[in-house]
Amino acid sequence: MADEHHGDHGDHGPYAIETRGLNLWYGDFQALYDVDLEVKQGIITSMIGPSGCGKTTLLRTCNRIIERLGYVRTTGSVSILGHDVFADGVELVQVRKRIGMVFQRPNPLPISIRDNVLFGFRLHEARLRKVSAAEEDEILESSLRQVLLWDTVKDRLDKPATGLSLEEQQKLCIARLLPVKPEVLLMDEPCSALDPAGTEAVEELIWKLRGDYTILIVTHNMAQARRASDECVFMLLGRIIEHGRTDEVFLSPENSQTADYIEGRYG
Amino acid sequence: MFAATPLNRRSDRNQSVAKAVFGLMTVVLVIPVLLIIGTLVVKGAPAISWEFLFTAPRNNMTAGGIFPALVGTIWLVVVALLASVPVGVAAALYLSEYAPDNLLTRAINLAIVNLAGVPSIVHALFGFGAFVLFFNMGQSILAASLTLAVMTLPVVIVATRESLQAVPHAFREACWNMGATRWQTIRKVVLPNSISGILTGVILEVSRTSGETAPIMFTGATAFLAFLPESVFDQTMAMSYHLYYIATQATADVPEELTYGVALVLIAIVLMMNAVSIAFRVYLRGLKKW
Repeated sequence: MADEHHGDHGDHGPYAIETRGLNLWYGDFQALYDVDLEVKQGIITSMIGPSGCGKTTLLRTCNRIIERLGYVRTTGSVSILGHDVFADGVELVQVRKRIGMVFQRPNPLPISIRDNVLFGFRLHEARLRKVSAAEEDEILESSLRQVLLWDTVKDRLDKPATGLSLEEQQKLCIARLLPVKPEVLLMDEPCSALDPAGTEAVEELIWKLRGDYTILIVTHNMAQARRASDECVFMLLGRIIEHGRTDEVFLSPENSQTADYIEGRYG
Repeated sequence: MFAATPLNRRSDRNQSVAKAVFGLMTVVLVIPVLLIIGTLVVKGAPAISWEFLFTAPRNNMTAGGIFPALVGTIWLVVVALLASVPVGVAAALYLSEYAPDNLLTRAINLAIVNLAGVPSIVHALFGFGAFVLFFNMGQSILAASLTLAVMTLPVVIVATRESLQAVPHAFREACWNMGATRWQTIRKVVLPNSISGILTGVILEVSRTSGETAPIMFTGATAFLAFLPESVFDQTMAMSYHLYYIATQATADVPEELTYGVALVLIAIVLMMNAVSIAFRVYLRGLKKW
C-alpha cells in the first residue's frame, strides 16, 4: 500500500477513509447519525456545516482520538485504507502514526524546532534502530522543506518552537507529522487561529501536500472550502447532507439545505 | 456635564471604605508574623553561635547547643521525603494522567483532602499504633519519618497534581496524536514542564515536616540523646521536639535565651526552605518556554 496514495487515483483502490453506518453518542446525546463517508485517496476533502453539526466529531473518530473523552459510544465502522480501525487487535499507536492530525490552535511542544519535528520520528523509529545525526538532519530538513518552512527557520533550529509566529507554528505542526510517514492528514480548522496572510500561506501548503497525502479538512470558512478542496462534504445535525465535487456542491447543490447554508441563510 | 452625581459620590465613598477595611485586614495579617519573628530575633539571637549550633546540650539541657537535634531533624526530613515523594508523585501522576473521572477517583480525591485535614496528633497515634507497634519498628527514625510521610503525603500529591494540570492539554493532545503512549507523553512532555511545581511542593513539605512535633513525639523523638543516630532504627532528638521539651517539660530552669535560640533556628530553617522554594520556582518559571 506504500505508494498507492501518490498521484490522483480518483476512485481506484480502497478509499482513504470509509465509514459505514457510523453512529456516535456522547453520553445520551447522539452526535452522528448513520454516517456513510467515502474519502478518496490523494485529494483534499473539506467538511463544512454549522457549528455543532458533527464535523469535528467525525474527524476525530477517524483516528479514534475521540475515545479519550471516555463517555463516547460508537456503532458502525470506520476503515482507513481498507482496514477497520475498530477491529480487534488494532494498536492505536499504529493508527495514529498513519493518520496525522492538525489542530485548530497550533500546538507545538515547548521544545526546540528540531525536537518538535523529530518528536514522532524518535518515538517510533529511533527506538527500533540506531539513527545517525546525519539521518535526523536529513529528515528535519526534508520535513521543513515540505512545509515551506526550511528557509525561515534553518538558522534557529534549536530555538524554542513556541517563539515562532502562529502561521509558522501551524506549519511546524504539519511538518512534525511527516517523518513518521502518515497517509492521511486530518485538519481541524487549521487556519482559524491565523490572520489572512497566514491562512493563505497554510492553504497554499495544504494544496502543495495534495497528492502525497489524503487530506480531510474541517472548516468554517466557506471560501476556503471552495478554493482549497477537491471534494466537499456538507453536514447538518450529525448527518451528511451532501458530498460531491467542490465546484458542483457550491455551484449547483442538490439539496436545498446545502444551498441555504452556502448562501448564508443560516450558519 | 461630567460632574459627579450624588450616586457617584456614594459609590466613591463605599469604595474608599472597602479599600480601607481590606487594607486593615492585610495589616492585621502581617502583624503576628512580624511580632513572632521580631521577638525571636531579639530574644534568641544572643544564643546563636557556632558552639550553639554544633555542640550537644549540657547540664540537663540548661546549657550547650542543639547539634543532635539539628542532625535528628535532617534525618527525619530526609527519610520522610524518601518515603513520601515517590508515593505522592506516582499517585498524583496516576490521578492526573491515567485515572478516569469516575466515582472511585472522586472518592480517592476526597480521601486525600481529608487526609490533609487530619490533626497531627491523630497522625501521631496512628503512627504509634501502625509503625511502632504493629510493624514492630519500635520508636525509631523510621517510624517517626513514616508518620511524617503519611501526614505530608497530601501536600505532595496536591502540589504535584496541580503542577501536572498546569501543563496545557494541547501538549498532551499533540503527543497522543503523534502516537505517543501516555507514559511517553508524561516522560517527554508533562514531567519536564511540571517539575518546577513538583519540586516546590517537595520543598514546602520539607518545611512542614521539619516543624512538626506531635507526629514524632510517640514515634521516634526523644528528649535527650548523648550520641547522634547512626541508622534509621535509632531514636533521635529533633528541633521541634527539643523546643517543646525545654519550653514545657524540662525539670531544671532552662535559660530563656536558649529556648528562643532554638525557636529562632527552627523558624530560620523553615523560612529558608520556603525562600529556596520560592527562588527555585521563580528560576524555573523563567526557563519555561510558553
